[in-house]
Formats: sequence, C-alpha cells, structure tokens
Amino acid sequence: MSLLEIRDLKTYFFTEAGVVKALDGISFNVEKGCTVGLVGESGSGKSVTAQSVLRIVPKPGKTISGQVIFDGEELLSKSEGEMRKYRGKKISLIFQDPTSSLNPVFTIGNQLADIVIQHDKVKKDAALEQVIKTLKLVKLPDPEEALRRYPHQFSGGMKQRICIARALLLNPALLFADEPTTNLDVTIQAQIISLLMDLQKTMGMTLVMITHDMGIVTQMCKCVVVLYAGNVMEIGDISDIFKEPHPYTESLLKAVPRLDQTRQLITIPGNIPNLINPPTGCRFHPRCQYADEECKKTLPPLADVGNGHFVSCHRWFGLRRG
Amino acid sequence: MTTLLEVKDLVKYYPVYSRGIFTKKAIGKVHAVDHVSFTVDVGETVGLVGESGCGKTTTGKLILNLEKPTSGQIFFEGKDVISTFNKGSREEQLQLRRKMQMVFQNPYASLDPRMTVFDIISEPFKIHKHIPSSEWKQKVYDLLELVGLEAYHAERYPHEFSGGQRQRICIARAIAVDPKFIIADEPVSSLDVSIRAQILNLMTDLQKKLGISYLYISHDLSSVRQISKRVIVMYLGEIVETGPTEKHFDHPIHPYTRALISAVPIPDPTRKMDIILLPGEVPSPINPPTGCRFHPRCQYATSKCSQEKPALEKVDLDHYVACHYSSKFM
Repeated sequence: MSLLEIRDLKTYFFTEAGVVKALDGISFNVEKGCTVGLVGESGSGKSVTAQSVLRIVPKPGKTISGQVIFDGEELLSKSEGEMRKYRGKKISLIFQDPTSSLNPVFTIGNQLADIVIQHDKVKKDAALEQVIKTLKLVKLPDPEEALRRYPHQFSGGMKQRICIARALLLNPALLFADEPTTNLDVTIQAQIISLLMDLQKTMGMTLVMITHDMGIVTQMCKCVVVLYAGNVMEIGDISDIFKEPHPYTESLLKAVPRLDQTRQLITIPGNIPNLINPPTGCRFHPRCQYADEECKKTLPPLADVGNGHFVSCHRWFGLRRG
Repeated sequence: MTTLLEVKDLVKYYPVYSRGIFTKKAIGKVHAVDHVSFTVDVGETVGLVGESGCGKTTTGKLILNLEKPTSGQIFFEGKDVISTFNKGSREEQLQLRRKMQMVFQNPYASLDPRMTVFDIISEPFKIHKHIPSSEWKQKVYDLLELVGLEAYHAERYPHEFSGGQRQRICIARAIAVDPKFIIADEPVSSLDVSIRAQILNLMTDLQKKLGISYLYISHDLSSVRQISKRVIVMYLGEIVETGPTEKHFDHPIHPYTRALISAVPIPDPTRKMDIILLPGEVPSPINPPTGCRFHPRCQYATSKCSQEKPALEKVDLDHYVACHYSSKFM
C-alpha cells in the first residue's frame, strides 16, 4: 500500500522576474516501509517536493494544483490547524544544513523538549525523557549532558545526529531527508548513512532520501525517482534504472567520476534550464543527444515500461527495446 | 620526470590565545600542517585529499605564500619560494607569482561583481605587464575561447553567468599569466553534478595544451581519481599515504585511507558497499593524539601506535605509507 501518493503536483514561485515553475505536474508513490531516493540536480525541484507535501513552501511559492494523499487523507485541502498535526508528528523532515537548522540560543534539551510538549501536551520531565531516549537512538554520546549544551558546542556530524533525533522525536511514519550528508565529511557521511539505514530498518519507517549523489541513492534506496527541471524523468527500481536508463539518467551516470574506475567523462552540454521559460516539450531535449523533432514539441507522458519502471521519454522504446 | 615543486618538512602552527581584558596569552597551537613533504613533477596532477580540517587548503596557501609557514622549505624549479617572498625584490616575487596560480573553491565569491569579465581577465596583465596593452583584447578573447566561452562574454558581469561558466572565468584568469603550476582548491565542489565533468575535462585539456601541473585539492575522492596521477592523503596535518592513483584507490594500505575509500558510495547497484565505519570524529588539532594521530579511531591500533609516530615509509615503487603495520595490510 502506498503511504504517500503525489498526483500532478504543481508548485510555482511567483517572482518579480516571472513565474518559476519549480514543480510542473509531478506524480509518484511512496510505498510503506520503503526507502525512496529523490534524485536531481539543484533546481530540479527535489526540496520543493518535500516542502509541498508538508505545505511549508516559502513565499512567493505556492502549490497551485495537484493532490498529496498521505495515508488515505488528502493534505492540500486540510486547514492550517489540521496540517500542524501532521508536521513533525506524522511527516518529518531533516534539513541539509544542521548548523543553520538548530536554534543557536536555546539548549538542545529545551529546543527538542519543546516539540514534544507542543504536540503531546506532556510535562517537561516526560518530554526530556523522550528526548534522551531519541538521542540514544541516534547514538549521540552522553545524551544527558548534551541536553544542557548549545548547538555550537557540537561538531557537524553530531549536529546532524541531533537533527535526525529531532525529526524522529514523535515517531513519524514518513521521513524526508533533504541532502542530510552534503555538508559532512566522507567518513561522517558514512556514519550518518548507516545510522539512517539502521533506523529505517528497526523503526519500520518510510524514508524519502533527497540527494544529488547517485552513489548514495544506489547504496541506500531500492526505488528511485529522477527529477529534472520540475518534471519526473523516470521512476523505477534502482537496478532497472541502471539497466535501461532514461537518456538524462544515462548522461548523468556517464558524467559522474567513479571511485572504482578511471574513464573518460562524457559531459552533458549546456546548463540547467531557466524555469521561468522552460524548454518546450521534453525539458531535457536541448541537452539530450537523442532528441528529435517530437521531443521539442510534446511533453512525453510517464509511460509504464514494465516491472514498475516508468519513463518519460519519446525515444526510450527505440533506444532500449528497439 | 623533472621536479617542478618540492615541499620539504613544511610546518604551520596557528597560536591559540586566551584573551583577558588586557592580556593575551598563547595557550596552545593548532597543528594545521605538520612536517609535510612532497613533490610535484612537470606536467603532472597531484591530488591532495583529506577531510575538513586536515590541512589541505593550508598546504596550498603556504605554497603560494598566502600564509607564512612556521618552518620548512618550498622549492619551485629549484628556487627557494619562502626566501624569495620574504627577502626577494618585487621583480623576483612577481616572476614567481606568474608561475604559480590558484583557482578557488567558490566561483560566486572569487570574482569581483563590479568588474566585467574583460577587466577580471586583463587585471593580471596590468600587474605583470607581460603583454602590451594593444594586445590585451585579443589575448582575453583567446583565453575565453580556450576555456570554452565566447568573445562576447567579455563585456558581461559575473552575475550573468552560471556556476560552471564562472569557474571557467576563474580558470581563464589563472592561465592569463601563462603559469606552470596551478593549485585548484575544490574547484568543482560547489558546482552541479552535470557541470562538474565539464570543468574536470577542461582542466585535463588545458594540461595537455599548455603543460600545466596541478595540485588538485579535494575531499571528493571520485574526482581525485578522475584527474590525478598521484594522490596524497592527509589526516590531521600529516601525510598518511601517498602513491600512484590507481594503485592507491584499488589497493589502499593505511587503515585511514582504507576507511575513507570504503565510505564513498559507488553508483552501481551490483556493487554493495562494504563500509569500514570509523568510530568518533577527527580529534582537535590543538592537542593532536600522541604517536600515530589516527590511533584513537583505528581498529588495529596497539600500544606502539599510541607512543611512537610512524614514519612515511616506502612500501612499493612511489608508494609511501605512515603506519607501523603497513606490511600487514599489503
């Protein structure tokens, strides 16, 4: 059963320069207990997807149409008061930069206990107990002592552990992790990745891993959604995507240096398109080596090619199955 | 191969002060770079890797004399860099500067927003006066073409360019003085994944055309493998392993290098990761651990490791490791 269904979601930013179509009709499902990778470059709409689901899109952004169905309930039509019961409690988010997402003037104990007090209406002692329990869960050394400390007294990796604990405080069913390791060192990244994988397994949580790193996705996720310029390029099992990729995914994989081999990098020409005036037809066509006339004119539908693999490309069948 | 750059026993300590209202007392020092020695050959790319705080950027800055070293020696084409910058005439200093250039990490911060691209790239001509002003225009156009931009870009300002294009401008500025050696400090880490390959390929092309040597500083091991011939791995201000790239990545020896390499996720679903998880975090460089600096996090550490500092010893042709038990891991 799908825990989260996103249907034709459109989130636009109404800026002075024009309307930025950050998400232009994306649809995908997240199965319960799964780890789904949301991959894309900057500006592809991966963070806006998480923000749209939680309805925390910053101004001047606005979700203008579509449906977000979480556990059978439509979220976009909920009132703000009802929505607050979802944020943090049922759907939670880990931000990219742990340094700027913790409040520097409150101790860890105070800012984390606040969340429990707000949602569960408990006394502070009980809240602090819950905080200590969760800090132990994320393997923060000496959690009792940590309650009295301020964010600046922790290293980047420890701060990210605290942020993960904050997201897990209320036992959410769905967790979005928005580039949780981008600012961390490689060995610390490995610690955080294995922590997230452990937590997902032991708590049975559903995890949506937002990242630009194909390596992390490959190692963490079974199912992947590839975004480009506000559109879904393909959805599928990680092994299917590597076997028969969308032309964008293919070029991306060829352009990324790999640690286990030395090879000629094949670059993707051009730059990421401007989303105020996105390319017509398939958004990737100006940079695609296979693009033809049809790609310039019509947006390819997200077609089912079997085994839960969906691809949005006019040329895919000819290229992979032809 | 002839040696272009030789770094010998380079040391940089930053003092740490306890501040009273009227007093300032040194209470310790940050061991940023501690007895680092290596060489860079003509036309070669050497990768300098390590985690944040390991001293890789400081090493780069010391070579270019953007920071004054505490002790040690640096030779560029046999010429003593440190004494030239300390005592040499301005003429000599300029000559040395022309040969060694730098490309910085963040192309959004390293280009002056009020200067046009023409001003930015021609500024080195004003300082070094190696090209008559009548030829500036043509030279700027040539440089833009060389880095994959167009002549009409010269009249524009940095904000009109994307990150990848800005990094191209930074590279054009660095090669404007025909340098022999460029220090590239994380040149692709702030760029998008699909743009990184463009810049890495550009750097390789320029090396072929102009014979430039690079010191490529990065924490991204995959890009280091892509671009460099030799790799130096640093940990807490010291070199722990250095060797030819392929051997280094396929058969790392030092326990730290092995953990580092195992931690990089590989985009291939048929290869499952076998991460060697390191406990804890990089210790403070103010009071670095005794003996081998990696010993508190090393699963193989013995009492010898906490007492004796291992020397960087040869294990194979051009492959050096600083570990008491390197023979065990070969």
